Amino acid sequence: MNESDAVAEGRSIPALMALNARRHASRPAYREKEFGIWQSWTWAEAHEETRSLAMGFLALGLNPGDHVAIVGRNRPALYWSMVAAQMCGAVPVPLYQDAVAEEMDYVLDHAGARFVVCGDQEQVDKVIEVQERLQHIEQVIYVDKRGMRKYDHSRLNALEDVLAEGRAAHHRFEAELQARIDRIGYDDTCVMLYTSGTTGKPKGVVLSNRNIIETAKNSATFDHLTRAEEVLAYLPMAWVGDFIFSVGQAMWTGFCVNCPESAATMMTDLREIGPTYFFAPPRVFEGQLTQVMIRMEDAGRFKRWLFHRYMAVARRVGPAILDGKPVGLADRLSYALGDLLIYGPLKNTLGFSRIRVGYTAGEAIGPEIFDFYRALGINLKQLYGQTEASVFITQQPDGQVRSDTVGVPSPGVEVRIAETGEVFYRSPGTFVSYYKNEASTASTKDAEGWVATGDAGFFEEGTGHLRIIDRAKDVGRMADGRLFAPKYVENKLKFYPNILEAVVFGAGRSFCTAFINIDLNAVGNWAERNNIAYSSYQELAAHPEVYETIRGHVEEVNRSVAEDPMLSGCQIHRFLILHKELDADDGELTRTRKVRRNIIAEKFADLIEALYAGKDRIYTETEVTYEDGRKGAIKATLTIADAAVAGGAERMAAE
Amino acid sequence: MNAMSPEVTADGRKIGPVLMEMKSITLRFGGVKAITDISFDIREGEIRAIIGPNGAGKSSMLNVISGFYVPQEGEVWFRGARRPQMKPYQVARQGIARTFQNIALFDGMSVLDNIMTGRLTLMRSGLLSQAIWWGSAEKEETAHREKVEKIIDFLEIQNIRKTPVGRLPYGLKKRVELARALAAEPKLLLLDEPMAGMNVEEKEDMCRFILDVNDEFGTTIALIEHDMGVVMDLSDRVVVMDYGKKIGDGTPDAVRRNPDVINAYLGVAHE
Repeated sequence: MNESDAVAEGRSIPALMALNARRHASRPAYREKEFGIWQSWTWAEAHEETRSLAMGFLALGLNPGDHVAIVGRNRPALYWSMVAAQMCGAVPVPLYQDAVAEEMDYVLDHAGARFVVCGDQEQVDKVIEVQERLQHIEQVIYVDKRGMRKYDHSRLNALEDVLAEGRAAHHRFEAELQARIDRIGYDDTCVMLYTSGTTGKPKGVVLSNRNIIETAKNSATFDHLTRAEEVLAYLPMAWVGDFIFSVGQAMWTGFCVNCPESAATMMTDLREIGPTYFFAPPRVFEGQLTQVMIRMEDAGRFKRWLFHRYMAVARRVGPAILDGKPVGLADRLSYALGDLLIYGPLKNTLGFSRIRVGYTAGEAIGPEIFDFYRALGINLKQLYGQTEASVFITQQPDGQVRSDTVGVPSPGVEVRIAETGEVFYRSPGTFVSYYKNEASTASTKDAEGWVATGDAGFFEEGTGHLRIIDRAKDVGRMADGRLFAPKYVENKLKFYPNILEAVVFGAGRSFCTAFINIDLNAVGNWAERNNIAYSSYQELAAHPEVYETIRGHVEEVNRSVAEDPMLSGCQIHRFLILHKELDADDGELTRTRKVRRNIIAEKFADLIEALYAGKDRIYTETEVTYEDGRKGAIKATLTIADAAVAGGAERMAAE
Repeated sequence: MNAMSPEVTADGRKIGPVLMEMKSITLRFGGVKAITDISFDIREGEIRAIIGPNGAGKSSMLNVISGFYVPQEGEVWFRGARRPQMKPYQVARQGIARTFQNIALFDGMSVLDNIMTGRLTLMRSGLLSQAIWWGSAEKEETAHREKVEKIIDFLEIQNIRKTPVGRLPYGLKKRVELARALAAEPKLLLLDEPMAGMNVEEKEDMCRFILDVNDEFGTTIALIEHDMGVVMDLSDRVVVMDYGKKIGDGTPDAVRRNPDVINAYLGVAHE
């Protein structure tokens, strides 16, 4: 085989895969649980499969520069599809699999995808629905054959068949494929990822091989990642994090990517794999902690005592031991005993026994939650990043981990704070452009390569760690000019297990108010133990005792907010508990579960009005969208409650 | 025999020749006639529904098919031969599996083990070799487990594989029961009210699974169901029973228009 320099040096993902097929030939590259067993592929096998698939794509007529949309849950076949597309000189565009047809329509249209690779029938159905309008979709390929027998197969192929076709035709396409791989340059497009669209339509972020590989290299070095790592690929493939972890870093270091059996078995699969390198958004850690706490409440008295006794020890000395700080002998012994009795078995149950590096990002994580995992001896850290940066902007080095900062600039990344407080960065991972959107590219990235994050933050004096306050555009002023930072308050609220989501209003107003979403798991469990009957989410949310509990949380948050003189205006004077869960299907959250403030404010304008008009109750009707796209309406009469505010804010409220 | 030539339905499934034929079946319990002189056939690859008001004799009919009841008069023909009087387990070995109206699973056992019991009629190794786990027994279990895992995957119950059945909600138990019946790799699958007591979403899921089973495995399905909407959507042909007699037989559309059926079951045209 004749290889260009780019291939020999691993300057593209296909080139790295070829290198791994030689360097780590017989080491596991991918595993997937299917039919109750972990099936695995070595690097050599995975490379062979991917090449065959690429030749199958060539047989179907895939051209260089084409966009190949990939949509489905994390499966080796879909990861190979991405690399196979790259081998052909095409650009993979992974999409969110839970997007409804109309959302998919926009992205497929914008990307102009010619090929779409789908995980299963559900995805195929959505693509066929939009295909009527989007004539540029020529080929649909699916992985799971189930239920597909009756479809018109003139422009539809099973991935297995494409692979077989490619394998059979390798004499015909071998040379062409190698030529295309050799042509891939370091600055050619590696992948296009759509932003989740917190504001407006999603934007296609174009990332080059340089972006992905330099970032993967730097971050792998930062955390000393080796080929021995095990990761669980369970986060959406459309999300930049998954691309960096499961493709970029996996290809760079040669570690093994494990795909769960289904979304519902994720926790079991996590325990079976025991990853050494793990990423999860805060809500996963929150969910697990809530589960643990619920189960401990149901445990016997002795077990509960033992748990609380040793968790107290862990909270006191665990993080210090993890950071390698000096800790007394007695405490060390006590911690070792706790490890034997509680921490070890607990970590094993959670699937965290082998974690060497764990990351959380995307949202602020509650200090209690963060400390819980650190106390157990799990090296959980935070990072700050975005799609446009190929993830990494800042991250926490081992031994300098705190819940309220996001760490120091990642290797190779420069960060500066503008006078407005907005955070800017410049790095090898900085994206090339937004696809077909020069105006947005220009307004986000300046001529010198500095990118505006849209977040307001500051560097902490002394430690040099970055702290993020809020989205820059969400930070506003109240009617009397005091600073309004909704996310800051919302995060404090969300740290309570009973509160799933919170949306705070107050820009341009004289005081702040909030919508609360209760966490059905936590509150439902509480209701069960206190013999409170309820038949629906709505009924539970409106229960007076639930209101009392939430009021308690709100008032505690108010006291804590009041301590910060700059933000003391953000105390919540009035709140209500929403009758429905905020949902991405209704457009209220992004697919990555971030609150879409404007849409919520518009949709629930009547409720906001009522909060400020001083009413006690408000009748409302809300349109909801079911998972299959049908719409319905729910009606409710909501109670509005007052909360006590602390300190100086009282005076303002009285005005 | 009035075997018809194979035909293809509108959605491309193959309907084959007659698989089972009931000829003039009469079933009595003492002086009570549960079924009076009923004849109908089930063709290979179709979804055949038996409907009727409460006490019409639907479940009795299903029990005759499964060999649990022996009719006093009439003949049961299966795969072109008259079926002699048989015990239910012998019928099961012939390739007929069923689910029950009031779920009959082993509550203390895991989902996996429950489904494995469905393969019992297909296991060959003796009691002794199974007990000491020697020789063919291990290999055989592996093969059976593989089949069972395919069914688990098919019915999307991987996440409850190891969960004791007693802890599952009703809708999932129904699905596990279907899985166990499928594990026997039946030619003919009998479903006794598969959607009873389910909510809309569970019903939709179950419908999809029934159609998928029919489509993917080519299993012939005979089902009893109360929910008229479900029956009319799912089945290729419908038998209507009332007071132990057959009052209608044909495609859902034909049955819907049949005045006797409207009178007896749908109860619209009463004066």
